[in-house]
Amino acid sequence: MPSSNTGRHRPGQEHFIASLAETPVAEIDQVDETGKARSTWTDAWEAMRRRPMFWVSASLIFVIVVVAVFPGLFASADPRECYLKFSNGDPQAGHPLGFNRQGCDVYSRIIFGTQASVTIGLLTTVIVTLFGGVIGALAGFYGGFLDSFVSRVGDVFFAIPTVLGAIVLFSVISVRDALTVSLVLSLFAWPQIARIMRGAVLSARNSDYVTASAALGVSRFKTLVRHVIPNSIAPVIVVATVSLGIFIVAEATLGFLGIGLPPTVMSWGNEINQAQVTVRTHPQTLLLPSAALSITVLAFLMFGDVVRDALDPEARARR
Amino acid sequence: MLWYAGKRFLQMIPVFFGATFLIYFMVFAVPGDPIAALYGDHPPAPGVIEAVRAEYNLDKPFIVQYLLYIGGLFQGDLGTTFSGRPVIDVMAQAFPITARLALLALAIEAFFGIIVGLVAGLRKGKLFDASALVISLLLISVPTFVVGFVLQYVFGIQLGWARTTVSGAAPWGELILPAIVLASVSFAYIVRLTRASVADNLGADFVRTATAKGLSRRRVVTVHVLRNSLVPVVTYLGVDIGSLMVGAIVTEGIFNINGVGGTVYRAIRLGEGPTVVSFVAVMVIIFVLANLLVDLLYAALDPRIRYAK
Repeated sequence: MPSSNTGRHRPGQEHFIASLAETPVAEIDQVDETGKARSTWTDAWEAMRRRPMFWVSASLIFVIVVVAVFPGLFASADPRECYLKFSNGDPQAGHPLGFNRQGCDVYSRIIFGTQASVTIGLLTTVIVTLFGGVIGALAGFYGGFLDSFVSRVGDVFFAIPTVLGAIVLFSVISVRDALTVSLVLSLFAWPQIARIMRGAVLSARNSDYVTASAALGVSRFKTLVRHVIPNSIAPVIVVATVSLGIFIVAEATLGFLGIGLPPTVMSWGNEINQAQVTVRTHPQTLLLPSAALSITVLAFLMFGDVVRDALDPEARARR
Repeated sequence: MLWYAGKRFLQMIPVFFGATFLIYFMVFAVPGDPIAALYGDHPPAPGVIEAVRAEYNLDKPFIVQYLLYIGGLFQGDLGTTFSGRPVIDVMAQAFPITARLALLALAIEAFFGIIVGLVAGLRKGKLFDASALVISLLLISVPTFVVGFVLQYVFGIQLGWARTTVSGAAPWGELILPAIVLASVSFAYIVRLTRASVADNLGADFVRTATAKGLSRRRVVTVHVLRNSLVPVVTYLGVDIGSLMVGAIVTEGIFNINGVGGTVYRAIRLGEGPTVVSFVAVMVIIFVLANLLVDLLYAALDPRIRYAK
């Protein structure tokens, strides 16, 4: 359009004022400021509860945890009552999944084995999250020598794959219960959480709310605990949920190799280990505990996926 | 690139010493007398324990023991197995087999994982994508040893397509089934990683630019989307070498392969602690070195990493 500056009246350039309803101001006015502020957590909950996968995995996990705590409610046969006359026997009344090589009831051993696997998975996750989280948060927040020291030590532990490290330790130590297995797995798994927490704290450290907190005279440590950690814990929770399943697999792998919990303890890994010998003739004694294991891991992985999608706004937008 | 490689190499040195020190420390800090344990319930003649201790340098302070071990490592002395055979001899025989198995598994998981992930990422939300996601989730939740037993049972016993156990020489053909088992979990991770990163990159500005300047869809996808999507996949391969080693112990145990993993598997089952430790120490060293290689590959793929100081 050729521009001419003659000052003639042109309707296109008339000074125009939009009515208030058509401007973005209207939208701002419509925001309800009396309501409660929405946190990441309420947003995440809103996003999660709309997904069927959340309800499927959450109910599976609920059932698994109830089975782990009260195995007696679900199995009537005594898992330790084994008769060799039933060795590798077929299913019969009261014994829906048949018997293993020792003549023990397969179904009730799976039910009673839940406890060991779930305990180790949960315990390892808790230890790793607490220890790695605290170490990572301190390193990221205070920086300096502490940070470089923790990062270098973490690199060393990170260089040893978790299960390999556990294999080394368990080929020399003979105390094996749920606590030691969890501690050994945690020993090699904490650097991952520490790295993630450190990164999150590092990016939150220079936020305005940290400066504001300092300006109000709040101590550094209190600022870290009250403001920085709650704002940087989301990625840690995501990784922790997913790794819960991975730790259950790690425990079962140790059991399969015969260096996890002692054979007297009922766990899925031990059941699978003992069923190896007869895998060619009676594969079901190996496959059934494996199925229980896989379903549990699947439930936690699905849950982890949902949590990640809910806590990561980018992932939420992408989906 | 040379600057970057040098820097990564220097960073690896403390990790190398730290990791070997840690393994050495873990084993020797544990209470119990390994020499006395060798003799079980019957105590040996007086003086024998002292002689054996001196032979294995156990009478020296811990740090001297570690330095002697590291010194031996650089001269090719990796310790001896329970039966007195040098670990390096067993390694020389077993390592090529495990290397073949691992290479085959890496090739399978990278090739199929990237293709499936790419197609799923390009067709996000479609049926193929949804089924790829479900199948990968299932594969991740089924442990390697279960996949191993199932495939061995189905293909080895029921169908008779493959050998249930691999012969001593372990030719490539016999290793295909074990390699599929070894690759299964990592394949699933690669599918998910590639899918997520392809889906991300499809919306990136550089892809729109490439399309806008008239490049064919094929060229946009292979050159611009795929190459940029491979960066996280290559990073994953570094971590994956660690899980391949654990997987090799399990898989070689199931298929009775005479590789490094199979040796460790048998040593674990026979309770030969020292053998397990010397082999796993070598595995950790290989893991650290392999990660250095992956870092270099990573830099070759992403110029931003190469040039950043």
